[in-house]
Amino acid sequence: MTPPPDAGATTLSGSHLGRPPLVLVVPGAVAAALLVVPLVTLVLDTPWGDFLDQLGSAPVLAALRITALTSAVTVLACLVLGTPLAWLLARVDFAGRSVLRAAVAVPLVLPPVVAGVALVTALGRNGVVGSLLRETTGLTVPFTTTAVVIAHTFVAMPFYVLSVEGALRTAGERYDVVAATLGATRWHAFRRVTLPLAMPGVVAGAVLAWARSLGEFGATITFAGNFPGTTQTMPSLIYTQLQADPAVARTLSMILLLVSVGVLAGLRNRWLTTS
Amino acid sequence: MSSTTPRRTRTSRRLAATAAAVALVLPLAACGDDADGSSDTGGGAGDGAGDTTITVLAAASLTETFTTLAEQFEADHEGVEVELAFDSSATLAGQAVEGAPADVLATADSRTMDTAADVLAADPQVFATNTLVMAVPAGNPADLSGFEDVADGDATYVVCVDTAPCGAIWAAIAAEEGVTSQPASLEVDVKAVLAKVTGDEADAGFVYETDAVAAGDQVETFEVPGAEDQVTDYPIAQLDQAGDPELAQEFVDLVLSEAGQQVLADAGFGQP
Repeated sequence: MTPPPDAGATTLSGSHLGRPPLVLVVPGAVAAALLVVPLVTLVLDTPWGDFLDQLGSAPVLAALRITALTSAVTVLACLVLGTPLAWLLARVDFAGRSVLRAAVAVPLVLPPVVAGVALVTALGRNGVVGSLLRETTGLTVPFTTTAVVIAHTFVAMPFYVLSVEGALRTAGERYDVVAATLGATRWHAFRRVTLPLAMPGVVAGAVLAWARSLGEFGATITFAGNFPGTTQTMPSLIYTQLQADPAVARTLSMILLLVSVGVLAGLRNRWLTTS
Repeated sequence: MSSTTPRRTRTSRRLAATAAAVALVLPLAACGDDADGSSDTGGGAGDGAGDTTITVLAAASLTETFTTLAEQFEADHEGVEVELAFDSSATLAGQAVEGAPADVLATADSRTMDTAADVLAADPQVFATNTLVMAVPAGNPADLSGFEDVADGDATYVVCVDTAPCGAIWAAIAAEEGVTSQPASLEVDVKAVLAKVTGDEADAGFVYETDAVAAGDQVETFEVPGAEDQVTDYPIAQLDQAGDPELAQEFVDLVLSEAGQQVLADAGFGQP
């Protein structure tokens, strides 16, 4: 999320340092092709004729609504819960901090299905926390929109926390110390000094978490299930349609792609370039 | 010699950076391929002496029975090895059409077999049937007394999504029987439905008879009214690209033989 390098500098270094070496150009081009070609073929293979019909169909609207709702709540949960966790990891020296930091990063490498299975053992009807909840309140988590949000937050939060923790560490503690000498309480310093300094990391982390939530499939379908209007997100609908009609699945993939690229572009214009 | 040392350090550092980058991307990459489609090969590998190999593509629900049948086939045919590939029927039929080097195709419904019609060397023969049953977790914790409790009650139950064969059968039965309740979830395949039941996340789930048998005492079953009219057929056929058409024919014969039918019946399959 760094601002693009200034165009003048690029020209200067290019003309003074000679031609870029092939040993960098060739693999770079292969990497670019690998990333771009499948997206181009997806665009070409999309049956555009029925694009609007698909976009307006009830199951797609329901899935888009669930996806928009759950990814927004997931980002909110990351902001409200993840920011304090990142601050604790970056600023407070407590026993087991490095262990906790490692544990927080684990969902990054966990296959999403395993994340779903883990959530079932914790919050399923017979899970450690889930059974307690069921006995005391009669509530069960699986098969609800809440379960989708919990699954998304579980897989997305590490991206957010690591991003914000990195930003907090980079900003350093000096400004906190200065604020304290000027009489600010720690909470006041956090709000007025620490957080504004870490804002690029907060925005980058929120975008990463949102993107992760948007594409989440494995943990959702394992833990929350798949029912139109309550737990069926766009990726679940796409996977379901892939078994019946791959052409419809391609159209739905295109819708999700356009929505996500559109939102990212909007965010970039509003915050990322100005920061 | 000494000049290589810093270089090596740099390489390992670069490797560490690459590994970290890969670790970041991994969970994203894994999203797409986690459900359904368990692909596996089994049987035959231990014999060693095998100089002829036949390859059988079979629906995932045939995993246990076809592994047993392949072992029998190898015991009866000195020097022959049977390679088994299990996956969803639609995937296997697609692979057969695209010329996968295989000898026999067995699918979990006639619809998917029909999609491979162009590469079949013989008319497909139905060798087994499967019916939908209602499975509840061991001990029936929700205290259901039968199908009616689910059809009109507020039990939490799961079914296959209607794009999967098991879901299409459920949809037909639900319409026929006038089911008024809604399932809690439409699972992507029958194994996912079974997992929700064995894990006691759902009060009941609708699975194939054979899945209930395979789950053993983890589940109890109830009959589903109208299921006998919605039986799914399992067809088998030799493929055009068979390397050894005679052996392929013999494998099909084994599946249709009395011994083969016994293996299938023990697993809960119906007779065609």
